[in-house]
Amino acid sequence: MPKLTIDGREIEVEAGTTILQAAEHLGIEIPRFCYHERLAIAGNCRMCLVEVEKMPKPVASCAMPVGEGMVVHTNNANVRKARQGVMEFLLINHPLDCPICDQGGECDLQDQAMTYGGDRGRYQEEKRSVEDKDYGPLIQTWMTRCIHCTRCIRFITEVAGTPVLGGLGRSEHMEVGRYVGSAVSSELSGNLIDLCPVGALTNKPAAYTYRAWELKKTESVDVMDALGSAIRVDARGNEVIRVLPRVNDDINEEWISDRSRFACDGLKRQRLDRCFVRKEGRLVPASWGEAFAAIADNVKGMAGTKIAAIAGDQADCETLFAVKELMAALGSPNLDCRQDGTRLDASVRASYLFNSTIAGIEDADALLIVGSNPRIEAPVLNARLRKRWLKGGFKAAVIGPKADLHFKHEWLGDNASVLADLAAGKHPFLEVLKGADRPAIIVGQGALAREDGAVLLGLARQVAEAAGCVKTGWNGFNVLHTAAARVGGLDLGFVPQAGGRDVAGILAGAQSGEIAAVFLVGADEIDMKGLGNAFVVYLGSHGDAGAHRADVVLPGAAYTEKNATYVNTEGRVQRTRLAAFPPGEAKEDWRVIRALSDALGKPLAFDTPKQLRERMAGAHPVFAAEGVVKPAAWGTFGASGNVAAAPLASTIDNFYQTDPISRASKTMAECTAAFGAGCGCNGKKTGTHG
Amino acid sequence: MSNEDMTNFAFTPENLDAARKIIARYPSGRQQSAVMPLLDLAQRQAGWVGLPVIEYIGEMLEMAPIRVQEVVTFYTMYNQHPVGQFHVQVCTNICCLLRGCDGVAEAARESLGIGWGETTEDGRFTLSEVECLGACVNAPMMQINDDYYEDLTPETAKAIIEAFKQGETPKPGPQNGRQFSAPEGGPTTLKDLTFAGEKG
Repeated sequence: MPKLTIDGREIEVEAGTTILQAAEHLGIEIPRFCYHERLAIAGNCRMCLVEVEKMPKPVASCAMPVGEGMVVHTNNANVRKARQGVMEFLLINHPLDCPICDQGGECDLQDQAMTYGGDRGRYQEEKRSVEDKDYGPLIQTWMTRCIHCTRCIRFITEVAGTPVLGGLGRSEHMEVGRYVGSAVSSELSGNLIDLCPVGALTNKPAAYTYRAWELKKTESVDVMDALGSAIRVDARGNEVIRVLPRVNDDINEEWISDRSRFACDGLKRQRLDRCFVRKEGRLVPASWGEAFAAIADNVKGMAGTKIAAIAGDQADCETLFAVKELMAALGSPNLDCRQDGTRLDASVRASYLFNSTIAGIEDADALLIVGSNPRIEAPVLNARLRKRWLKGGFKAAVIGPKADLHFKHEWLGDNASVLADLAAGKHPFLEVLKGADRPAIIVGQGALAREDGAVLLGLARQVAEAAGCVKTGWNGFNVLHTAAARVGGLDLGFVPQAGGRDVAGILAGAQSGEIAAVFLVGADEIDMKGLGNAFVVYLGSHGDAGAHRADVVLPGAAYTEKNATYVNTEGRVQRTRLAAFPPGEAKEDWRVIRALSDALGKPLAFDTPKQLRERMAGAHPVFAAEGVVKPAAWGTFGASGNVAAAPLASTIDNFYQTDPISRASKTMAECTAAFGAGCGCNGKKTGTHG
Repeated sequence: MSNEDMTNFAFTPENLDAARKIIARYPSGRQQSAVMPLLDLAQRQAGWVGLPVIEYIGEMLEMAPIRVQEVVTFYTMYNQHPVGQFHVQVCTNICCLLRGCDGVAEAARESLGIGWGETTEDGRFTLSEVECLGACVNAPMMQINDDYYEDLTPETAKAIIEAFKQGETPKPGPQNGRQFSAPEGGPTTLKDLTFAGEKG
């Protein structure tokens, strides 16, 4: 390993490390624009120049590998002068419009110009101006501000896998632009805004509405898909202005999907900010007391078996736990958190987790995807799969919707019988899985939300066992969820208790009158007509399908408005943090359930979040540890039987609108109009929109 | 980039054959290295490089179209707009400028009746102003299709263009009688050079 001296300090680093990286090990920061640790090295901004003794000229430290005995100076007079020169050149054509630029205050160029910029320009000629490009409804372009670092080009090519951006023309005339007729419609396109070191690409929906220093930053967890990506919620006053990713190498590295980032304007629209009670067929505003009284009138004294609860996709664990306790107190066995009807088995934890972990999937060398389109179900995970594929030595195959996944894979068809063939050892891909050191399977909700879902789950288990996906130190059996609440619900056992009904049974019972009261905990994706004449209580944040059907509406908090627990698809327990208060009279959901339990005469045994969490962790030990994934024990699960002929499809038909928040979002509606339902790269519809 | 007249593009069988030979020059998996010769081949076939060419070659070499477009826009010798049968490119870079390219340019414009970047109405001639073509020793010069016409004067430039108009192909190279880039008026040094064994 080469040993070198940087600013008089010796360090030994691995061969192939660049000077910039070695300096970072020592805590020495070298300014840069084009270098980004998750992208290929370009070496074109020249801001990271350092002096290396015995080299005739300053060298770009981001692209220079270390050598034995190098003596590097990162901050002497020569280096500062060189960087000042670079900065002067960068600023020649930069408009210096910081006062009206949304990047102002969080701009790399602005920050570094404070150190290396001159106090006046020597450039007297005309500045160049560049026509703005149309990057769609999410990204505002100000191409005159562009300093040609090419981070956006590298991200969209390498990470997102939709190469539509490039540097066109040359020298003075070079412009970053997109290929004619193609849209910047990657599901990860919002990350370009974070990557842009200047104000050339900015947040279009939030344009001109904030200054970076006005925002209160709250570190939280995303619930728009089941990955639980680390996010930072930026709010001003009580308004969420934007959502940004945080670095979490275990889950999202530093990317988030466009829905996670831009659906936040849906938090301001269609909100339930007070109670409503249905009177003479119309929902009329009511106080909390009136709403609870209306529920008590209908539910008090009712036989427990006639009461049911269905949980939605963004319900937090505290609420689910409180609802489960309340249902137990009311004597109801009818509860279900699988509103999409997936045949998941809550009794074996390994059967519903992404067991390899998200970061761990990078260790897999063969992958079978069943009934899922990860590109629209979990774009960040898809980027991870692409990263794995780019490393080489990775064979992937898909049984399910045919889609451009941005990594090379074999499409085995969308018929579930292919999975049966694999399980029976009659399909050649089984040999590929068997031959791999660490084979993995990803089972999507599209395979499980079917009549024969349990059979397919059983078949997937058989394939996993036959192919050696489950062995010491490696469990490659993965279920990819689409709902942030699902794993938490299953961990809490929010499934039919002994003799209870599942979602289909509850709906059938409501039709026949055997179920007389239904609690919807943010459940909007069920068939509301199926609820028949049942008395429906809806607890949620948005006036979506559930609230329209409800007889009593109770306003709850969205994920940015509560300190709530979610369990991601890997089984990692994480907490969101309150970034803004719920609107109007809305309250944290579990508090509503706690108050309701009083009104129903069955008070629950906790009054504070601490008490609730202690009780929850007591009953379900997985909730005791936050942020870690504990390997789940393998077991037998799934059913045997015949598979149906219906093709396997993704459960998501529109990437941009999957839940009450994104359906209320104007930005997401604009994206749907502009890009179709996702997967619309190059403007060509692939016919795989779910 | 415009899409003026080109709606689709495919190599002719002969060119397809040539393209395969070009691709075969590079190691397998590195077929993208063939992008420049293939673009040249396509330009010789179609006259210019339109979007259909970019997409066709991108597909052939498994490159994203934007990667091909980057190459096309980087090199000025790929014509991004249709050009006439004869592409007259007059160098106006420093050596030619010092040696009187203004007169050559003026003669070309006058003779063709068009300005920079324009094509004559009959579609036969396109006139372009270009940067250095590397024939400084023979400045001023112009390139017509693949041939260099050097050591021009306004008169000789005009004569060459007129000859093309008549359907003739004037002899390329220096127009003032000198041999390639040898000194004007014949050799000035090594005139009495003798080699071992020669008598002199």
